[in-house]
Amino acid sequence: MLALSDEILMSVDKPARYIGNEINSVVKDKDKVDIRIGMCFPDVYEIGMSHLGLQILYSMFNSYDDVWCERVFSPWTDLDPIMRKQSIPLFGLESQEPVKNMDFLAITIQYEMCYTNILQVLELSKIPFNACDRAEDDPIVVGGGPCTYNPEPIAQFFDFFYIGEGETKYRDIFDLYKKHKAEGTSRRDFLIEVAKLGGMYVPSLYDVSYNDDGTIKSFTANVPGIPTHIEKEIVKDLSNTHYPDAPVVPFIKVTQDRVVLEIQRGCIRGCRFCQAGQLYRPVRERDVEWLKKQAIKMLAATGHEEISLSSLSSSDYSELEELVNFLIAECRRRSINISLPSLRIDNFSVDVMGKVQDVKKSSLTFAPEAGTQRMRNVINKGLTEEDILNGARLAFANGWTRVKLYFMLGLPGETKEDIEGIGILADKIAREFFDTVPKEERKNGPVQIVASTSFFIPKPFTPFQWAPQATKEDFIEKAYICRSSVMAQLNQKRIKYNWHETDVSVLEGIMARGDRRLAPAILEAYKKGCLYDAWSDTYRHDLWLEAFDECGIDIPFYTTRERDLDEIFPWDFLDCGVSKEYLKKEWLRSKEGVVTPNCEQNCNGCGAAKFGVGICFNRK
Amino acid sequence: MKVRIKFSKHGPVKYIGHLDILRYFQKSMRRAEVDIAYSTGFSPHQIMSFAQPLGVGMESDGDYLDIELKTHNGAKDLIDRLNSVMVPGMRIENAVELPDGVKNAMASIAAASYTVTLKNGQDYPEEVVSKWDEFIASKSIIITKETKKNTLEVDLKPHIYEASLKNDIFECLVDASSAGNIKSTQILEALYNYAGIEFNKIDFQVTRIDTFTNEGTEEKPKLIPLDAMGVTF
Repeated sequence: MLALSDEILMSVDKPARYIGNEINSVVKDKDKVDIRIGMCFPDVYEIGMSHLGLQILYSMFNSYDDVWCERVFSPWTDLDPIMRKQSIPLFGLESQEPVKNMDFLAITIQYEMCYTNILQVLELSKIPFNACDRAEDDPIVVGGGPCTYNPEPIAQFFDFFYIGEGETKYRDIFDLYKKHKAEGTSRRDFLIEVAKLGGMYVPSLYDVSYNDDGTIKSFTANVPGIPTHIEKEIVKDLSNTHYPDAPVVPFIKVTQDRVVLEIQRGCIRGCRFCQAGQLYRPVRERDVEWLKKQAIKMLAATGHEEISLSSLSSSDYSELEELVNFLIAECRRRSINISLPSLRIDNFSVDVMGKVQDVKKSSLTFAPEAGTQRMRNVINKGLTEEDILNGARLAFANGWTRVKLYFMLGLPGETKEDIEGIGILADKIAREFFDTVPKEERKNGPVQIVASTSFFIPKPFTPFQWAPQATKEDFIEKAYICRSSVMAQLNQKRIKYNWHETDVSVLEGIMARGDRRLAPAILEAYKKGCLYDAWSDTYRHDLWLEAFDECGIDIPFYTTRERDLDEIFPWDFLDCGVSKEYLKKEWLRSKEGVVTPNCEQNCNGCGAAKFGVGICFNRK
Repeated sequence: MKVRIKFSKHGPVKYIGHLDILRYFQKSMRRAEVDIAYSTGFSPHQIMSFAQPLGVGMESDGDYLDIELKTHNGAKDLIDRLNSVMVPGMRIENAVELPDGVKNAMASIAAASYTVTLKNGQDYPEEVVSKWDEFIASKSIIITKETKKNTLEVDLKPHIYEASLKNDIFECLVDASSAGNIKSTQILEALYNYAGIEFNKIDFQVTRIDTFTNEGTEEKPKLIPLDAMGVTF
């Protein structure tokens, strides 16, 4: 029995988003489990189903006999009004029953622009927005994922946040929950016990006070015996942890319609703008033999026609050559495609790319992130112009003609020259092509370069967490300077320039470093109709501005303000391993344009060694 | 070796559109470890083609796809393997070997049979049922079809090979060839209009019963199911 009537399903786009029933989806007898959990990705099905973390936790939860985990996604904008009008409660795809019947609603929070979708999921589930308004029989709403490293803007909507990697503590939480049910203790008592498990943040148990200038004065627990310092959860041995052998295979084409093999977690590179590079430290590799077995199992169980590797920097995986060569042989035998991550261009990667891609159709990807070496030193991006030109020359010699370049605009201390450097660098790559590839060998046509810029947004737990974000006007001017610099080049006809939207970058910036005082504005924006903010077609900047205005939010306080070195940040009570002292040191080094070696070259004492694993202990 | 597979589609999977069913079968072939032939090139594709797309919302007892196998262990093994990896509602009904020179499923289609029932489980309105004999006896059944450029008048009558209406079910065998394909609901809509009753397509559940090729001539047709063009293996 489906939750939606035939009439509704026949009237909405892609009804297969809502029917469940996919290969490897798990249906259990609800009377034979103790705990029901809805695993939610607050965006449309195709995006949510592409997320590896959701597949890992879904599979892990369902491996427990006493737990049934179902999937929950945001209904698309065509179904949303129908569900409201007909008062149809949001449901889990597997049972097609209301989310409200479940014990937990676990929401993965992957980007700031999904916050209104979280409210949509709560409202359609008929769960009160605010944790403090929830009754004993409402599901416990738990958040996880990268945005929980600054959960404060959405803190009041969650019962608790799970900080860090999901594989480690859920079993303890479930056991605690069963005990709580058996003993009939209150929701609040359960949450207090959860807070004591470590790695768990229960916002209702803490109070924040503010200084006159709006910055945070104190963050204190309002219940005795709970930690005011919450360290992230981390998997110590990635080759002995849960990984889905048989991920759910969607009927409709999703963004990641392939087997995803996560080869390592963390990153040795300390790029100063990159949040993921700090959050997931230290680097931990998965055993190559384990990965080979896992790849075969997943291909067999899904029937996917493509496999891809996932990590923050795949070229740094020590056994990459071994793994890729194995996959090439295995995939050729099975007529499976390999979707390569962007690799550092060298002899190995050019060889591999030539084997698995059509040279004429594929492109080289470089992410210099900044146009000049000076700026790349500021952001600690260890990629030099020489690296890029050498890589490009090598690839051109092997027939490639398409080059994609990724840059950021609005980086701290950025000058006009740094921006103009983007056009100049793109032109140098084009010149490299014309200088090194003789006319008679240009059988795949002339070089085509696409340079894209995104706007830099300072994120918590990075050395740039103190940095001012550029204003919208600055962003537009920077994009204009960049475009002009591209147009001024000799080979400008061979270079295409793209830049991102600015409005949405402002909102993302507010949320990224926001505090608890933003929650009323998020709720207000949602009530005004903001939803699917991550989608440019549905993003309503005007409504967001109205909501901020009505709630008295001073936008520059969150975005363009340079933070004092000693300011208490809303996320300071969380600990991702990397210390604030280290980040501060890195912030000061960036101002002097001093680079910091990567973890493989040298330990810089970031603090993540305290977890006792990974590269901190087995440097090559 | 060319093989024709007959499958059925019922229940929630009826909401999965044709292109996704194609992808579903490609993945099913891999899960079942069917030794299917691939095209060459950087993105090899399974050699697979379908007889006729089934519209979203329709169910089927008789849809077909053709594949090419490199090796096999007989039809039963193929059917069992595939059925062991199907989702509820999808079932492999038959598999036959196509002799050399047999046209592919899509090119072979001449007709299809359907049943149409009311989704609410009720009987057809009496006003409609009572008009049936008169309606179907008419020399022509003209409907207007909206195309991109203009409206077109089509006579359904020559394309209806068999049709009957009982209280609770409408059954028909109609032209499904590329030139003269008509829909079962077009006949019902014409009937409802004839009876002066409002027709709402969403109220009806259409099920394709089987798909046929014409082994006879145009004047003397001999319709046989698409899997009767092959032999067991």
